[in-house]
Amino acid sequence: MTKVFVRFGLGIAPILISLAITALIIILVGAEPGAVFQSVLEGAFRSTNAVGGVINFWIPLVLVCMGLIVTFTAGLWNIGAEGQMVMGAIAASFIARSLGESLPNAVLIPLEIVAAMLGGGAWAALAGFLKMRLGINEIFGGVALNALANLFTVHLIAGPWQPPEGGSAQSTAPFADAALYPRLSPEYPFSLTALIIAVVVIVLIVLALRGTRWGLQLKATGKNAKSALLLGVPTTQSVMSAFIVCGVLAGIAGSYRVLLTYGSLRPFASGGIGFLALLVVLVASTRAVWAAAIAFVFAVILGGSTRLRVALQLDQSLAGVLQGLLVLCVLLADGLRQRLGLGEERADG
Amino acid sequence: MDDQLINIFNSIIFNATPLVIAGLGETITERAGVVNLSLDGSILLSAMFGFVAAGVSGSLLVGFIAAMIVGGLIALLIAVAGIELRQDQVAIGFVLTLLCADLAQFLGQDYTGGSSVSLPEVHVPILSDIPVIGAIFFDHPVIVYISYMLIIAIWFWMFHTRPGLAHRAVGERPQAAFARGTDVNRLRYVYTIVGGALVGLAGAAYTLSVKPGWTNPPSMRGDGWIALAIVIFGGWHPFRVVFGAYLFAALRAVASTIQRDSSIDIPLVLLNGLPWLLMIFTLLLVSTGALERLLNIMPRALQRSARNLLRSDPPAALGTRFDPD
Repeated sequence: MTKVFVRFGLGIAPILISLAITALIIILVGAEPGAVFQSVLEGAFRSTNAVGGVINFWIPLVLVCMGLIVTFTAGLWNIGAEGQMVMGAIAASFIARSLGESLPNAVLIPLEIVAAMLGGGAWAALAGFLKMRLGINEIFGGVALNALANLFTVHLIAGPWQPPEGGSAQSTAPFADAALYPRLSPEYPFSLTALIIAVVVIVLIVLALRGTRWGLQLKATGKNAKSALLLGVPTTQSVMSAFIVCGVLAGIAGSYRVLLTYGSLRPFASGGIGFLALLVVLVASTRAVWAAAIAFVFAVILGGSTRLRVALQLDQSLAGVLQGLLVLCVLLADGLRQRLGLGEERADG
Repeated sequence: MDDQLINIFNSIIFNATPLVIAGLGETITERAGVVNLSLDGSILLSAMFGFVAAGVSGSLLVGFIAAMIVGGLIALLIAVAGIELRQDQVAIGFVLTLLCADLAQFLGQDYTGGSSVSLPEVHVPILSDIPVIGAIFFDHPVIVYISYMLIIAIWFWMFHTRPGLAHRAVGERPQAAFARGTDVNRLRYVYTIVGGALVGLAGAAYTLSVKPGWTNPPSMRGDGWIALAIVIFGGWHPFRVVFGAYLFAALRAVASTIQRDSSIDIPLVLLNGLPWLLMIFTLLLVSTGALERLLNIMPRALQRSARNLLRSDPPAALGTRFDPD
């Protein structure tokens, strides 16, 4: 009986503790925690528009999460998802800029998505190549490729893609309306197409990891690459395919950022969503539905905190503080649970 | 040697100092078998705390100590999570990278600005009078001299003392060290915290000396990753790690000199991307075995002494757990 209580306590404690620490931090900068939490919740739910804003964070976040579940299954730390989003955004922007005036929306959107998939996939393949052929750990390869992708964006905006009236280095000229994801309605400003794509991707990832040969090979590679190879699993192909699938999904996520959120290409177009997705997957492990749910909570925090600066003159980085604390406390509680001998073996996949 | 060249070398030594200190700190930690991946976040958070503490107290010493405490506490968290709670050190480190960076930005939001206090330059008597050498190495703020002392002290500790032998043993062969009576996990705690405190010192070296002030976003963002890569490039040997840090600073200096020279037309993106390309390149030197090959073509007599300096294998037990029972 006490075990049940302790287990329940360890489940709820990380959330309460991280909220308490966040409240302390808010007090430290001289603000009122109650007012801040209220502002975040209002920022996320005060209107259909605000909810639409949350969904606009959730769609790209969950897409990257699904990609990272694939790389996690294969035992990879794909820290480069951030850069893969950016390259997807750049590729989509390329189509939007060059064909945006001449083609209808129904043709442009699929073209842009395919371009984004290619851009993100190629950048991920590069990380895979660095790891598998040249022996460079994917964490360092990823960090470097992230930085290079962001520098490439800055280069494009300040150089070849500079707006005609002269560059402020803030963004390219706005894309033509036909090049953007159409919003569902003025009340719900998110893209139904992208939402459907995201849901389909979740289902596909669950199915692929559970019941396909590819999924099994990924798992075997992730668990023990050496024995998997001895048992005849083509581990190199497995790893490369995991990278590319993740890059393709991150690319689509990147296209959403430029073709809906911003309507133009901006520096750091990914907005940290690639890193955030990695945090989500750290908590959710390879459970896709869990990841989608946690991603929603994080999207609420993100969407809700966009108003912090205007409403309370507080830096938006508070969102990252709360998210980071949540994940840290969950991981620590998980360790504590195992230490106390309460750990149920984690179901994989 | 003309004055301009001396100035360039002088500024390379100065600018490399935080990387030197952070790289040495991480070397200490990883040599004990623990990975502190949080460098890019913990440098920022300790840099911010050091800057604010120095500003509020009016004392630079308080600032440096505050930064070291912050760096040490973050490392303690990694040690508890990794050793006591048996969590993946890389995962905890990554979470802390993001968390500390955001915390630094949030807590530091009202403190952005230049520094009213920064370390004064100290001319070391006698040494600074040596021609060329004196002007390059001994004409700096005191933090640079601290980094020199750290280099020597850490190298001597690791390779020429008994406790240093135990230090390396818990990172290489924890079972063997345990069998000889070493408390493996206790030493890992100690060296993780000491290494983290040095990372914190590196943070304060930025905001109180090398890049005085606090900005949003912070100007040293990304350097934590560079420091982590330098440790790999340095083959976990203090001298080579330090050489890596100076090499990086030198190449950065070349890049920014070219950037200022309007007669050479190189895209800015390439120059800014240089540290990252360089990071990949240095890691390639290690991963492709180029250094090992260099070792093998050396005369046999040199090989023995060069092996320590050129080895590129990580400590064998890096990132693993040790359970005595």
